[in-house]
Order: sequence, then structure tokens, then C-alpha cells
Amino acid sequence: MDNNKDCSMYTEHVESGKRKVTLSLTVNGQFVVRDIDPNMTLLHFLRDNLKLFGTKEACGEGECGACTIIMNGKAVTSCIILAVEAEGAEITTVEGLAMDGKLSILQEEFISQDALQCGFCTPGFLMSTRALLDHNPNPSDEEIIEVLSGNLCRCTGYHPIMQAVKRAADREQKELGR
Amino acid sequence: MDEKKYQSKYKRVGQAYDRKDAQEKVTGQAVYAYDMELPGMLHARCLLSPYARAKIVSIDTSKAKALPGVRAVLCGEDSDILVGLYMQDKRVLAKGETRYHGDVVAAVAADDEETAERAIALLDVVYEPLQPVHDVDEALEAKILVHDDINELKHYVGVFFPQKDSNIASWNKSKKGDLDKAFAESDVVVENEFSLPAVAHVPMETHVAIVQADPYSNKIRIWSSAQSPFAIRQIMADSFGISESDVEVHIPYVGGGFGGKAGIHLEPLAALLSKAAGGLAVKVRATREQEFNQLPTRAGMRGRIKTGVNLDGKINAVQAVYDWDSGAYADYGVNVGKTAVYSGLGPYSVDNASIDSKTIYTNKVFSTAYRGFGHLETHWSIERQIDILSQKLGIDPYEFRMMNLLEPGSRTISGELVTESTGSVKECLTAVVKEIGWTGRKTEEERQREWKTGKVRGKGFAVLQKAPAMPANTASSAIIQMNGDGRVRMMIGGVDIGQGANTAMAQIAAQELDLPIEHIDIMTDIDTRANPYDWNTVASKLTFMGGNAVINASRELLRKMKEVAAQVLKTEPEYLAHANGEIYHVHNPERKLSYKQIALGYMYPGGTSIGGPLMATGTYIADGLTNLHPETGQGAPALVWTFGAHAVEIEVDVETGSIEVLKVASAFDIGQVINEKLVYGQICGGVMQGLGSAILEGYKFSNDVKLMNPSFTDNKIPTMKDMPKEIVPIYIENPQRNGPYGARGVGEHPMISIPSAVGNAVYDALGINFHVLPLSPEAIVLGIESGKKSILCTDVDCLPGR
Repeated sequence: MDNNKDCSMYTEHVESGKRKVTLSLTVNGQFVVRDIDPNMTLLHFLRDNLKLFGTKEACGEGECGACTIIMNGKAVTSCIILAVEAEGAEITTVEGLAMDGKLSILQEEFISQDALQCGFCTPGFLMSTRALLDHNPNPSDEEIIEVLSGNLCRCTGYHPIMQAVKRAADREQKELGR
Repeated sequence: MDEKKYQSKYKRVGQAYDRKDAQEKVTGQAVYAYDMELPGMLHARCLLSPYARAKIVSIDTSKAKALPGVRAVLCGEDSDILVGLYMQDKRVLAKGETRYHGDVVAAVAADDEETAERAIALLDVVYEPLQPVHDVDEALEAKILVHDDINELKHYVGVFFPQKDSNIASWNKSKKGDLDKAFAESDVVVENEFSLPAVAHVPMETHVAIVQADPYSNKIRIWSSAQSPFAIRQIMADSFGISESDVEVHIPYVGGGFGGKAGIHLEPLAALLSKAAGGLAVKVRATREQEFNQLPTRAGMRGRIKTGVNLDGKINAVQAVYDWDSGAYADYGVNVGKTAVYSGLGPYSVDNASIDSKTIYTNKVFSTAYRGFGHLETHWSIERQIDILSQKLGIDPYEFRMMNLLEPGSRTISGELVTESTGSVKECLTAVVKEIGWTGRKTEEERQREWKTGKVRGKGFAVLQKAPAMPANTASSAIIQMNGDGRVRMMIGGVDIGQGANTAMAQIAAQELDLPIEHIDIMTDIDTRANPYDWNTVASKLTFMGGNAVINASRELLRKMKEVAAQVLKTEPEYLAHANGEIYHVHNPERKLSYKQIALGYMYPGGTSIGGPLMATGTYIADGLTNLHPETGQGAPALVWTFGAHAVEIEVDVETGSIEVLKVASAFDIGQVINEKLVYGQICGGVMQGLGSAILEGYKFSNDVKLMNPSFTDNKIPTMKDMPKEIVPIYIENPQRNGPYGARGVGEHPMISIPSAVGNAVYDALGINFHVLPLSPEAIVLGIESGKKSILCTDVDCLPGR
């Protein structure tokens, strides 16, 4: 975890007999503060408290990548991170990819290359790819495979995803000057 | 995919449109059953049997019931309901005895998942472990009956044949010609055994059902991650003794199915819990572990094939015995076994044949439909056997197949006549063999030379066929309604589980009505109160059957539009044509009306109006199917055969045993491409799933029949690292005369025969015939180490000296 926050920063209190901690962080550019159970995972915090249902659970043990989000610039599997570990963090979920009502290049290329079928793993793939391209705007095939082999997809056979990622990298370099 | 080579002769059908659901799915807006919350909704957890077979001596639920937040606790004593589509053999909750490690012994509904989980831990169950039935051989001995009430089980009579006092849920047969005579007259008779383990579907969204049983009426409301809303409606009504009309089934987006979400699964349990909790909605969501060990899987199978052949390559006779390890239940599994009797010899012309297919109960995880069901399994046996035969005969495997494949004029195993309209498996095989650059098998010298480099390449190929496995009265339907703006909205009863059915159906409507694809709005959620009937979303049947229903609805709509327009334009409907959202006179196109002008009825300048809101229905029922003769298997089982072939090139690392797939060429005679992007998606995805079955996946059971690998850690599925370097899709288009624009389904087919093609390529590379899947690195290394040329078992126990 990139999060160096000290545990003493949490303000803990008791609410109707249950231990609660106050968590503050930035999600998709919005600053949020919530009282949560200290044992809540980040995935459950995003889904149950913030109602950001785009992030999915498909295994609950960090094996499939469906719950991938970006935390402080890194792709992480939110199902095996406690929400309290995200104190003060900057988080991006799939809901934060499109800006001002316009899809991002990455989302456009997932559509144009038909890089999704049932769509359940798609948010995770998008977030893993986003983090990859943020750090490495022009990845090789091997680098793409290395990073995205942590995300499971049962529908597409991965070829269309590979195409979408390569085209998105290409377009982002040309259109956004990455 | 960068350069779209495919050119369609139609304006909308065949065009590579983006899928209609894509935008919602890349923005996180798409709602799945997993995402749904209802007011007052409770959450459920299940207690699964810790034994493959055990007597339930007692269950003490008192502590669980006393836990605050627990609303209902159920066990087998609380319900006698049996469910099942073809065999009513499955209890919602085990009663008296558990039949597999994964049977639901008790279930709890509580305010939240954590409370339900804690309540489960408070259940006190006393079991008496019983001797389980380990495998099909033990099952066939019938010393222990998995279902001692097998003689009384309700089933689809005349189609499935449970055997008295046995573990055989159904014994299906076919027979034609004179087998004994044909074997006696054959120059060579070769007999082999092939097998493959159970494999999980692994939809990324696990099974989820939310059910509310209305306490004030018979109504049961269901929201489910399911493929077959109308089958759920029917089975729920049958099992709960209520009317179909009392059951509402809602299907939001579905996170993958592959057959595993056909039939009925968690819905009855959720309904019982809801009833017990006073009618509050209850959500039952399978964990990933439950997805592996509680929910059904693809059956393991053993095939014994005996083939009589002449030295010139003509196949005279085939005798096939297929034994399916269906596990504890066969509610859907019997239909998988049934496919073997009309498709279990592959797309070959054989005059003398017999097939016996037994769907067998054991105490393993139970089985159900899985993409191309019955076919990947039988084709693993048949296409390996064909390759071995060609080795023995010294005939090139391509030539050998070409001599025996079905062609116009020949008959299938069940006696159906093959015509030009059936499609061509020979064209498929020829295309992939050419694409892979096949020049014949490696010589032993070439093999030895390559072996020294540590890596040996091999090429192999296999053909395939599949027709939808469905009752003779299977039907689909569509409703089209026009909005005030001249655009249409359409409802079908089949579910888009990611295969892209909604986009394909919209394209067919757009083609018929000559409207832009964006003007066809197709309802993504299925609601059995609103959407028209469709039997099941399975079997690659939706393009064909749903497509025909959409064509019929579109033409009915156009007929109504032209009737109204004819009155307004003062002409006869037969002089009217349609294009670009307008109805016009064929002689004078300036005499015209836009769709919009008549969409909700046409109003004359004085206010008088005619017509009314435009809407139409279309239906399609399977055309000309019959039940099969119980002894001979003769009849008409197939509405539409789709033929295909794969050729693969692989590289085997002889040290590590790992197989790298360099190239896969896949050809299917799909009659007409509806959407090239979607077909390509089915091919890539199906090939990858087939490779999973070929080199990676398989259930492993302990000696006491517990599933040992119920997680992604131990039950790997392919990742991007396993992706073939190249996949070349080839579309053969011999139209089927009664298909929508000639099209046939192809959802399942890309998965079939991938294992056999890889197995054949492994022989080319190593000179070793593997008879068992998966061809994992361990299996390959153990095979090489054994020094044998035929590998029938890849367990460590089978190693020489053990």
C-alpha cells in the first residue's frame, strides 16, 4: 500500500454499540467523509456507502481483478483492502473515467473494439488499463499482458481487450500528447 | 480487427455495429442482479454439506434463530419441494441425506450478510457420514443408489429414460444399419477410451437471485442473474404448485452465463426464505467458492469408441458408449447426455452405428448445460479417435476426414438428410487446414531434431457440429411498437447475457424496417410480465429463432403501416414500398408518408384519424422437429446444424510440459454474418474457453469425493498470458433457407473441438496420443516420462512404478 497514513489519524467512536471510525478521502474528485465499521473493505465502502456500483466483486479474494480501482495512482483490488487504509487517499473508480459527459478515449476504444461482452469484468479492466497507461503511455504487448493478466475475463478471449488497449494508448498519445 | 475484411451485401445485417449495451457497461451504469437492492431486503447464507454423502441425524437451529437480525432459518424438514427442468430430482434443501459436498443443508435470511454468516456458524448439525459413490463405474454397479426414489422421479417422459433401481438418470440410444456385419467386414477395427473431467462455467458474476414471495397472494417476484426467465417461471410454478401467471421474473444485465445460468438455481431457495421471513425480499448470492462447489458444472465424461474402417479410408461402423458423470442431480444433465445420441459421432457419414449415452448419478458436484453441451465432450473422443485411425491407416488426417464427412445427400446419425441448405463442414475444414499451412504430419526424425532444442511444434485440427438441443416445440417471439417519433422499441424473451443478442436482433429489425440501428431501441431488462415468451436462452438458438420472430414482427408492422398509408395516399398496399423511414408509392415516390406521421395513428387535416398506435408481434416455433425413437434414436432433432473446424499450431516445451498456442484458425458455416464484431467476439471467447478445457481446467476430487479446487487459486481459468498469439476467424456463408437472412447460430461452437485439435497437435509434436484432459504441463511431462505412446491417465498414481 502506498498509504503512509498513521492509524492514530483515525477518529474512532462508538455508535449504537458498534465501533466506528471516521474516514475521509477523495473519490472521483469529490471529498467525502463517512463513519464506517473499521473492518469494512474498500470495495464495500464504495458500493454500500457511496453507492458506486460500477466496481464489482467476483471472487472476494484478490484473484480476479473485477474490483480494481485506482488508489493514489496505483491499481489495487479493493476487495482485499480495508476502507480505513484509504484514509486521505485519492481514488478513481469506473464512474470517474468519463469527464463532462464525454467518454474517455479508453472507454471509446473498449466499445469500438468490442472489448466487453457481459461487462462484469469491464470496470476492473478499464481501471487496470488506466493505471498502466498513466505510468506507461506506450506499453509493449508484453507489458500489457503482464499487467492485465491479473484481471479475469471469461467472455472475450482477451484479444479484443488487447486491441482496445493498444488503440487507446495510440490515440491518447496523438490526441492528448501523452 | 483493425481492418474489417468482411463486406456484407445488406445495408444493416452484416454490419459491424457497436454493441447496444456497451456504453452502459464501460461507465459502470449497467445494473446486474448482484447490484440490486429492494426495500427491506434480507441477505441469505447457506450451510453446505461437509460430506459427499451423509445422513443428517439432527439439526439444532435454536441458537441461529435466537441471533438478533436473523429473520428465517430453514432446513430440509421445512420443505418437500423438488425442482428440475427435465428431471425433478433436486431438493431445494437436503432432507434425510446429503448427496454431494455442496448440498444445501440449511439456509438463513438475516438483515445483512454478516449476521447470516454468523447464524450459519451457530447451526448445530449432526451427520452420519455414508459411503459415497465415487465414479461412474461404482455408480453402474448400483450397490449404492444416489437417489433411492429414482423409480418415482417425475421426468420428461418419452425423451428421457431413467432406469429402475439404478443410478442411471437417463439412458438414451441410437442404432442404425448392421453393426456386427459392418465390423466383420472392416479391414481394421480400433477401440479407444477417452475422458475428461468436470469443468466450471465461471461466469464473472456469480449466481444471484432476489425473491419476494407476496404474503397476501400467490405471487412470487424474482430478480435473477439468469438466462432463462420463462423456464424459471414454469419450474417455479410447477414446484410451488401455483400458476405460471403468479410468477414474475425480472432479468437485469447478466454477468455471464455459458449455460450455467440456464434452468433454475437459487430462486426456489430464496422464495422459501422469503415466505419464511413474512414476505420480505431475500437476496441469495453465491460466493465464488459456492459457484465452484454448490452450483452445477459441466459433467465429466468417459467415451469408449470402437470404429471399423477399410484400408482405403471408408468408415464402416462406429460403436460409441458415453458415460456422463452427472454428479448428485441430473435435472438438466440428462439433456446433455441426450445430445450424444444424435450428434455423438461428429459430422461424419456412418451407415452402421450405435450410441449408448448414460447420464449417471454419483456423489460429485452436479452437472448442467455448459456452452456447446455434450459436444466438446463427444468431439474430444471422436476427433481424437479419427486422428488415431488416420495414424493407423497411414492416411493424412485431412484426407481421411474429407473421405467421411457429411455432404449434401448424406444422412446424419438420426437419419436427417443433409442438403446445400445444411451448410458445409468440408468447406470449413479445408479453409482452416489451408490457413494453418498443413503439409502433413511431422516425421519421427523431424520430431527428434526439434526435441533437442527443448521445444517441439505441432499442428492439429478437428471438425465440429452442433444443433440446438431443445424440445420439439421450442418457440421464440418478439413485440415491436412504434414511438411517436417514428422510431421503434422492441421486446424479445431471450436474454442478452453478453453474446450480443440484442444488437443482432436490432440489426435484423433495422434491416427489415430500413431504419438506422440507433432508431431500434431494444429493452435490455427482461420482465416476464411485459416481454413475450422465449423458451430458454441456450443452444445458440436465439439468432435463428429470435431472428425469425423479429423478421415476422417487422413484416407484420410494415403490413399494418402500408394499410394505413394506402388509405391516406389513396392507393392499394401492394403499390407501396418502404425505405429510410418512409412509406412511398412504387411508381411515384413523391406520394409518401413518414413513419412518424402514422406512428400513433394518422390524423387528417380536419382531425379525423385512422390507424392507431403501430405495434406488431412475431413468433417462431421450431419447424419440423420430432422426438427421437427411444431405441433407434431416429427422428428430426436438429432445427439448424452449424458446422465448423479448428486448426491449431502449438509449441510444447518438453522440459516443463507447457503448451504455447501460436495460432488458431477457426471456420464456421454460419450462413450469414449478422454482425462481424459480435461473431469475432464469440470466436475469440469460445476458443479461449476451449483452451481452458484443453490445457488448464478440471475439477479434482479427493478420495472422499470433496472438491479440492473450489477457488481461482486452485482452479485457474485462462488469463491474457494464455491468449493464443493469433486467432484467424473464417466465416463460411452457405445460407440456411429458413434462417434469418440465411444465418445460423455460433455462440457455443467456437469452444467445441478446441481440445481435440490441441490433442491432435500434441500428437504431431510429441508422437504421443493423450486420451485424457486437461493437457496440463503436469500431464504432458508425466506423459513424456511414462515412455508410453498412449496416455489414458495423467494422475500421479498412474505413473509407472506406482
